[in-house]
Amino acid sequence: MDLSYGPQYSQFRDEVREFLSTHQHQQPPSKSDQRSEAVLDWQRLLIEHGYHSRTIPRDYGGFGAEPDIIKSRIIAEEFSAARVSTGLGGQGISMLVPVLLEMGTQEQKQQFVSATIHGEMVWCQGYSEPGAGSDLASLTTKAVLDGDEWVINGQKIWTSTAQIADWIFCLVRTEPDAPKHQGISFLLFEMNTPGIEIRPLVDMTGNANFNEVFFTDVRVPKHQIVGERGQGWMVANAILGHERGSLAPPDAARSRLNGVIQLMQSETINGEKLIDNPVFLDRLMKLQGRVLAMQYHDMRLLSARINKNQDVKLASMIVKLIGTELRHELEGFAIDVMGEMGLAYEDNPYVRSGGSWQYSYMYYLGLIIGGGTSQIQKNIIAERGLGMPKEPKVGAR
Amino acid sequence: MEFGLSEQQILLQDSVHRYLTEQVPLDRVRRIASGDEQDSGVWAELTELGIPALLIPEPLGGVGLGLLDAVVVAEVLGRHVAPCPFSTTAVMAALVLLDAGMEDELAAIATGELRIGIAFNEAIGARADAGIKTDGDTLSGKCLFALDGDADSYLVATGDRSIYLVSADTSGVTRNNLTTVDKTRSTCELLFENAQAGKVSGDPHVFERALDAGRLMQAADTLGAAQAMLDQAVDYSLQREQFNRVIGSFQAVKHLCADMAANLEPCRSLVWYAGHAMDAVPEEASLLACHAKAHLAEVGQAVAKTATEVHGGMGFTDLLGLHYWFKRIGANRQLLGSPERVREQAARVQGLI
Repeated sequence: MDLSYGPQYSQFRDEVREFLSTHQHQQPPSKSDQRSEAVLDWQRLLIEHGYHSRTIPRDYGGFGAEPDIIKSRIIAEEFSAARVSTGLGGQGISMLVPVLLEMGTQEQKQQFVSATIHGEMVWCQGYSEPGAGSDLASLTTKAVLDGDEWVINGQKIWTSTAQIADWIFCLVRTEPDAPKHQGISFLLFEMNTPGIEIRPLVDMTGNANFNEVFFTDVRVPKHQIVGERGQGWMVANAILGHERGSLAPPDAARSRLNGVIQLMQSETINGEKLIDNPVFLDRLMKLQGRVLAMQYHDMRLLSARINKNQDVKLASMIVKLIGTELRHELEGFAIDVMGEMGLAYEDNPYVRSGGSWQYSYMYYLGLIIGGGTSQIQKNIIAERGLGMPKEPKVGAR
Repeated sequence: MEFGLSEQQILLQDSVHRYLTEQVPLDRVRRIASGDEQDSGVWAELTELGIPALLIPEPLGGVGLGLLDAVVVAEVLGRHVAPCPFSTTAVMAALVLLDAGMEDELAAIATGELRIGIAFNEAIGARADAGIKTDGDTLSGKCLFALDGDADSYLVATGDRSIYLVSADTSGVTRNNLTTVDKTRSTCELLFENAQAGKVSGDPHVFERALDAGRLMQAADTLGAAQAMLDQAVDYSLQREQFNRVIGSFQAVKHLCADMAANLEPCRSLVWYAGHAMDAVPEEASLLACHAKAHLAEVGQAVAKTATEVHGGMGFTDLLGLHYWFKRIGANRQLLGSPERVREQAARVQGLI
C-alpha cells in the first residue's frame, strides 16, 4: 500500500496550484451560458495549459501530453479543492471525441475534434428510442441510402441538449435484414437539417433535461458515418464504456455528505440541532461508512489503471450501480433531515441550498435508470463478473 | 501509487489459505465446534506459519509486520471460519503488551505458548449486573463475554479504560464458558473476587487502539466469511436445477448474487484502507476502524441472509454447514460493540458529538 504519488509529481502539483492562484479569477460565473465568451475563453485557457483535453493531439486542438493518470488525478484534485471550474463537459466532449480519435477518419477528426473540445460545436446523442431502452440494439430509426444521401426516419428520446446542439451523433438502422447488432450505423449530422423536430421532455424535477427528437425524411450526406455500414453497435459500445464510470464520482458524494453534515449542524427542531439527534446521527454515520467505502474503492480502481497486475474486473462493474444508488439515498437523507422544510422548492422562501437536495434526489433517480438501469447493471455483474448464465430468450406475447 | 496488497501480503494470504484448505476443512471446524477437538491444535499449526508472532518485533522472535498484514490474515481466517484466537492473542493482546514493553509475554505469544483472552466488555458497555472494581492490583466484579474461553490469561479493561493482566488460574478468578451461536470461537464470563492482577496500562489511548484493531479484525473476518458465502451461493446456483434449469440462470437469483458482490467489493477497499490507516495514518485510524466494523456488520448480515436464501432449504440445514459462516458474521457484528454503538463512536472521534 503506497498512496503517495511520488516526489516527481510534487512539482506538477505546484504548477497546477500556481495556475489556479493566477487565473482562477478568470473563471466564468456559475450558471453561465455555455456559449458565452467567458465560458469559451476559460475553456481555451484550460486547453492551452493542459488542464482540459490534455492528451488530445495538438493537431486536433488538444494539449498533446502523454497520458499520465496521476497527473490527470492531481488536476482533478486541485481544481476540486479550489472549487474552480474544470471547463466544459457534455456528450460531445466526453463520448464522441474519444470515439472519433479511435475510429474516425482523418477528415472527421480535423472537422470535429478541435471545434468540439473548444465548445464551439455542441453535440447531442441520438441513441435511445421509445421502443429501444435497455435493449438498445433493437432500435428502429432507419436510414436508407438514396444516391449520395442517407434518408432518415424515426424517433429518438432522452436526448439531452438537443435544443442547443449544433450536431447529433446518432444510431440508425441501415441494414434491416442483418441480425440486430450488425444492422446499425453511426451517423453524424447537423441539427438544423430540414425534417428534424425537437420537443422538450419535462421530467419529474420540473425541468426539461431531455428531449424527444423526430426525424422525417432527414437527408444527410453519405460520408457522415463513423466506421463502416453496420458497425455502429461496436462504435456505440466503445462510447458507453466511457459513460458508465463518469456518472457518479465519489469525490462529489463526499462533498455532498459534508453538505448534509453542515445542514445538520445548522437546522434545528424545537431548539435541538439535528446533529444531536441520535436517530439522524446514526443514519448519517451509516451513509458516511458507505461513502468512504466508495472513496477507497475509487482509489483501488485508480491504482489498477497504473498497476496493470491488479485485477479489478468485478470491482469496476459495480461503480455505476452502487454510486448512483448511494447518491440518491444521500440526497434523500438530507430531505429527511429538513423534514417538511425539505419539501421547499423553486420560489419557496424557505428553500435550502436553492432546492438542490430535492432536485438531486430526483435527478439521481434518473441516473439510476439512465445509462443502463440498475437491473441491467446487476445482469452485467452476475453474467460477466460472477460467471452466471444469460437469460433464455422468450418472445413477447 | 499503489492501492492494494503487496506481493508479500499476497504470499502470506496464500500460505494461510493453503494451510486452512488442506488442514482445517469444514469437518475439522465441525469437530472443534462440537467440542470433540480443541482449537489449540490449529493455533499450534498456525505458529509454524508465524501467525501468532505476526505483529511482534523480530528481536522477540516475531515477524514484525503491521496491521494491514493482520487484516489480510483475518480475512483468510474468516473465509475458512477457522477456530483460533488470532484477533485476541495475536492482535489485541500483542498491541497492548507492545505498548507496555512486556517482552517475556510477547516472546511467549510468538511461540504459541501463551494465549491471552480479551475482557474489554466492561469498558465498552457494562451491563446492569456486571462491571469491574479495582483495589490496588486486585480485581473484583464480573466481566461478561470475554473473548476466548481457553486463554491462559486475560487483559481486563475497567470502566476508566485501564487494562490489567490476570492469569486464568489465579485464586479469586472463576471462569464460566458462555455458549453463543458461534461455536467456532469461544466466549466466557470472568468472576473476580479480590483476584491478583498486574496493571498493564492506564492510558485510554492504549485501550482505544487495541479496540480499534480488534474491531478491524472482525471487519476483515466478516469480509472473508461473506466472500466465502457469496462464492458458495454462486457455485450452488450453478449446480442446483429446478424447472429444468440451473437456478443461477433465473434473474431473481442472479440479482441476489449481484447485490452481494456489488456491496462486498467496496468493503474490501474500506477494510484494506483501514488497515493501512492503523499502520500509517494515525489521525484517521480510529474513524476508519469504526466504519469498517459497522459497515461490514451491515453488509455481512445482508450477505449471510441472502447467500443462505440462494441455497434454499439446504441453506437452512446443518448438512452444508453454511450456518457456521452465518453465525460467525453474526458474532462479529455484536462483539466489541454493536454497529449502532460503533457508529456513535465514529461520530465522536470526528467531533460531531
